[in-house]
Amino acid sequence: MKHYQLGEFEEVVMLTVGVLYNEAYGVSIKKEIESRLSRSVSVGALQTALIRLEDKGYLKSREGEATEERAGRPKKYFEITALGARVLDHVRSTREELWNSIPKVALKLIMTN
Amino acid sequence: MSSPPRIPLRFFRWYCHPKLRDSIEGDLMELYAERRVKHAKWKADLQFVRDVILLFRKGIIKPTEGYQNLNNYGMYKSYFKIGWRNLVKNKGYSLINIGGLALGMAVAMVIGLWVFDELSFNHYHENYSRIAQVMKGGSFEGQHYVGQTSLPFPLVDQLKNNYGANFKHIVPASWESENVLSIRDKKISKTGMFIGEEAPEMLTLKMIHGTRSALKDPNSLMMSQSTAEALFGDSDPVNQMVKINGEKELMVTGVYEDLPKNSAFFGIQFFRPYDYLINDGTWMKEQGWDNHFMRIFVEIQPHATFESTTANIIDAEVTAIKDLAYMKDELKYNYEILLLPMRDWHLRADFKEGVLQSGPLQLVWFIGAIGAFVLLLACINFMNLSTARSEKRAKEVGIRKAIGSIRRQLIGQFLSESFLVVMFAFIIAIGIVNMALPLFNQLSDKEMSMPWTQPLFWACCFVFLLVTGLLAGSYPALYLSSFKPVSVLKGVFRAGRFASVPRRVLVVVQFTVSVMLIICTGVIYNQLVFVKNRPVGYQRDGLLMIPKKSDAFNTRADALRAELKNSGAVTEIAESGGSVTSVWSNNGGFTYKGESLDRDRNYATLGVSHDFGKTVGWQFIEGRDFSKEIASDSAGFVINEAAAKFMGIENPSGKVIHWKNGPWRMDRDFTILGVIKDMVMGSPFEPVKPTIYFTMGWKGWLMLRVTPGMPMQEALPKIENVFTKVIPDIPFDYKFANAEYAAKFSTEDRIGKLAAVFAVLAIVISCLGLFGLASFVAEQRTKEIGVRKVLGASVANLWRMLSREFVILVTLSCIIAAPLSYYILYNGIKQYEYKTEIGWWIFVAAAVGALIITLLTVSYQAVKAALANPVNSLRSE
Repeated sequence: MKHYQLGEFEEVVMLTVGVLYNEAYGVSIKKEIESRLSRSVSVGALQTALIRLEDKGYLKSREGEATEERAGRPKKYFEITALGARVLDHVRSTREELWNSIPKVALKLIMTN
Repeated sequence: MSSPPRIPLRFFRWYCHPKLRDSIEGDLMELYAERRVKHAKWKADLQFVRDVILLFRKGIIKPTEGYQNLNNYGMYKSYFKIGWRNLVKNKGYSLINIGGLALGMAVAMVIGLWVFDELSFNHYHENYSRIAQVMKGGSFEGQHYVGQTSLPFPLVDQLKNNYGANFKHIVPASWESENVLSIRDKKISKTGMFIGEEAPEMLTLKMIHGTRSALKDPNSLMMSQSTAEALFGDSDPVNQMVKINGEKELMVTGVYEDLPKNSAFFGIQFFRPYDYLINDGTWMKEQGWDNHFMRIFVEIQPHATFESTTANIIDAEVTAIKDLAYMKDELKYNYEILLLPMRDWHLRADFKEGVLQSGPLQLVWFIGAIGAFVLLLACINFMNLSTARSEKRAKEVGIRKAIGSIRRQLIGQFLSESFLVVMFAFIIAIGIVNMALPLFNQLSDKEMSMPWTQPLFWACCFVFLLVTGLLAGSYPALYLSSFKPVSVLKGVFRAGRFASVPRRVLVVVQFTVSVMLIICTGVIYNQLVFVKNRPVGYQRDGLLMIPKKSDAFNTRADALRAELKNSGAVTEIAESGGSVTSVWSNNGGFTYKGESLDRDRNYATLGVSHDFGKTVGWQFIEGRDFSKEIASDSAGFVINEAAAKFMGIENPSGKVIHWKNGPWRMDRDFTILGVIKDMVMGSPFEPVKPTIYFTMGWKGWLMLRVTPGMPMQEALPKIENVFTKVIPDIPFDYKFANAEYAAKFSTEDRIGKLAAVFAVLAIVISCLGLFGLASFVAEQRTKEIGVRKVLGASVANLWRMLSREFVILVTLSCIIAAPLSYYILYNGIKQYEYKTEIGWWIFVAAAVGALIITLLTVSYQAVKAALANPVNSLRSE
C-alpha cells in the first residue's frame, strides 16, 4: 500500500471541503470548521493547508464569482479529487482497523474509569 | 461601506504570491465586512491585522526569484531527465560510454598536469622572469657556438665593477658537490654548493629560521628544512655549529624551505657563502681568464629585457682580455658573454653545435598531443555508440519534430545528454586521477598533486568539460537531429548504405592512433635495449666508486690501501680524477709534429693512477698500460680508439705528442703508450668522445674492484668496516658503476614506460568502443542471424560474418599507421647517434597484435549472437 501523507488539520480541511461540496471556498470552510469543531482557524493556517493539499493533488480548485462584499475579488472553490477521495478512504479504513483491533474490554475499562 | 486598514492590506498585497492574492484578499474582505457588522471598527481592524500577520508564512509569500517562468530551465531539466532515463535504460552502453570517456579524460588530465608541471618549472622562484644564467659563446674554427656555462673567475668582478648597473643581483656559484655534515655523533651526506650572498634574495628562498642575509659571514652555512630536521630535530638550528667533511666548523645562520622538485636547484640541501671559497687560500684569486670552473647567475633590472641586457654585456670578456698577454691567442675566438633566461633552463637548455635546441619542449608537446589523442579516442567511442544507436531514438526525434521541436532544440537536447555523460565521466575521471597520481609520480619522477584550491585548475576543468562535451556530442547531435520526421514515423527509416561510413572512418582513425602508439612504444623499447646492450669497454659490474670527501683520504691512503687488500673483499684499488660514468674535464692544445690535433673540438681527459686500467678492466687494442716500474710513464698517454681515429696517426703507440695548456701550466712532450677500446663514459646514446688518460692531476675518486665471485652483500660490509676504521669522520659513501651507468637511461626508460602505459590505455579505450559497436551490430542483426541459423548457417559462418567488417577496418588502420609512425620514429630516433634500425618486425607484431585484440573483442559478441537460439530471436516481433 502506498504511503499517503495527510496531517490531522489537513484531514479536517479535506473532510470539510467534502461536507460543503460545491460551496467550499476560504471563508465557508473556515466557518464550517469553526462551527463544527468549535476551534478557531486563522486564514493563514487554512490557506497554507489548502495550498499544500492542492499541491499534493488531493484537492483541485476553480475560480468562482466575485461579490460586492469581497470587493470584487473572485472566490476560489475547492473540490476533492479522485486521489483525495482515495486518501480519505484509506485514512478512514486504517483508523477503523485500529479501532477494531482494540479489545472491547480494554476500551470499556478505560472509559468507565 | 468601510474598508480595512490600508497599511496591512498593502503589506499583504506586497508579500502575497500573485496567484493567490485575489482569492485570499477576497476572503479577507468578506470576513472584514462580516466582522464590521458584528463588532466595532477597531476590533475588526485588529482581527484583520492578525489575519494578515498569520498569513505571512511560507507557501503564501511570493518566491523571491519571481513567480513566472521567464526562462526555459524546465525544458533543460526535461532534457537531462530524458538523458538520464536513456542512460539507465541501456546500462551496458552507458557503462562503456562513461567508463571509456572517464578513462580518456583521466589520461588527458594526468598528462595535462604533467605538461603544466613541466611548463611551470622554476616558477617557485618569484623572480623567475628576470633570472638568467651567464654563459659564454664564441666562434671556433669559423663556427659560432653558445652554451658554455663554465666561466672564468675574473668575470664576476668584471660584471660587478663595469656592468653592475645592468643587474639587480650578480651571484657567483660553484658546481654542486656532496659533502658530509656532522654534529656530535650525527653524520649525513648532503649535496650543497657555494653561492653569492645575494642568492637567497634572488631565488626568493622561503626562510623558516634566520633571514635571507644569512650568507654574509664566510663561515656561515644555510641548510634546507629537511637537512635541519635530520641533524637537529625540531630545535632551532640557527647559531649552532656544524662540522663539514669532518674538518671545518661552520655556523648555521638560516634554514629555508626545501626547494620543490620542479626547480633547477632541487636537491641542493645547503648553501655556503661564495666568499669562503675566495678567502680559502690564494688559489682562486690566482685564476685568470683561461680557467673555466664556476657559474654565474644574475637577476636583470626590473624593466630591462634579456635582449637589451645581453647587448650591453656581450663584450664583457673581450674588453677585459684584449690587453692581457696570456690571452692574446684567444682573442680570435671572439668570446661573447650571453644570458640564458631561467625560462629556458629546463626545456631549452640543450645545445647542439652551439645552437639552443628545444628538444625537451618538443617532448612536452609530444606527450601533450598523446593526451589529446587518447581523449579523442574516447570521444570517438562516444560518437560511434551514439550514432549507432540512433535508430532506437529515431522515433523520438520524429515525434519531437512533429509536435514542433525545431532542429536547434533537438541539437540542444542531444548536446545536453552528452554533457550529462561527460559530467559523470568527469567525476569518475577525477577519482581515477586522484588514485593514479602517486603511481604516475613514481613513474615520471615528479611531485604532482591535484591543485584543488587553484581557481585556474577549476577554470581549466570547466573549459575541458565544455570542449569534451562539444567534441563528443556535436556529431551525434547534428546527425540525430537531421532525421526526417515523415520517413522516421512511417517506420521505413533505415540508415542508408552510407550512414555507417563516418562510423567506419572513426574506427579507422581510432585504431590508427592506437597502432601508432604501439609501434612507437615498441621502437623506443627496442632502441633502449639496443643501447643498454652496447659494449662499454670496461667491467662495470663489481666496480665501486668512492668520492674522496676529505683530505684524510689522501693522508691515510697507504693505510686504507693495505687494510682494503687485507680484508679480502677488494682485489684492485685505483684513483682517478673523476668517476668512470661521466666526462669531467675537456682540454685542448695537443699537437703532433707541429700540427694541431684539436681541430674543432677538445679531448676528454682523465687523470688516473697506474692501477686504474687493471681496476676498471679496460682492454688494449695495441700498446701497453701505465707501469709503476717505468718512471717515464708519468709523461705517457693512454688514448682510446676514438681519439686514435680522430688524431689520424697510424700506429699511434710510441708516437710523441706535444701538449701546451694554460690552466695545467703544461708545455711538454708525451708519449702514447697504448690504445684502449672505447670506454663509454658520457651518454650511451652518443658516440664515445676522443679521450686521453694520463697520470697527472688531482684525483678525487677511489675505484675499487670487488673480488670477483664474492657476493656484494658480503663484500660491502667488509669494505665499510675498513673505511669507518681508517676514516671515522666521513660516512662510508659509494656508488656502483653499473647503477650509475643504468641511471643514464632514466629519461629514456621513463619515456618508454609512459609511452607503454598510454599505448595500453589507448588500446583499452579503442577496444571498449569496438566492443560496444560489435554488440550493437549483433543486436541489430538478431533476426537476420536467426533466419540464417534456421536455414543452416554454422556458428563459424556467423562468426566470420560478424567479425569481417571490423577486421577489415583494423587492417586498414594498420596500413595507414605503419608509414605514419615510421616517419615520426625516423625523425625522433635520428637525434641519437648510436641507434638501432627500425625493424619491420615491430610493425608486423603491432599489426598482428591489434588484429588479435580486435578479434577477441568482437568475437565475444559475435559468438554470443551466433550461439543464441534462433527461436528466441524469431519469436519476438
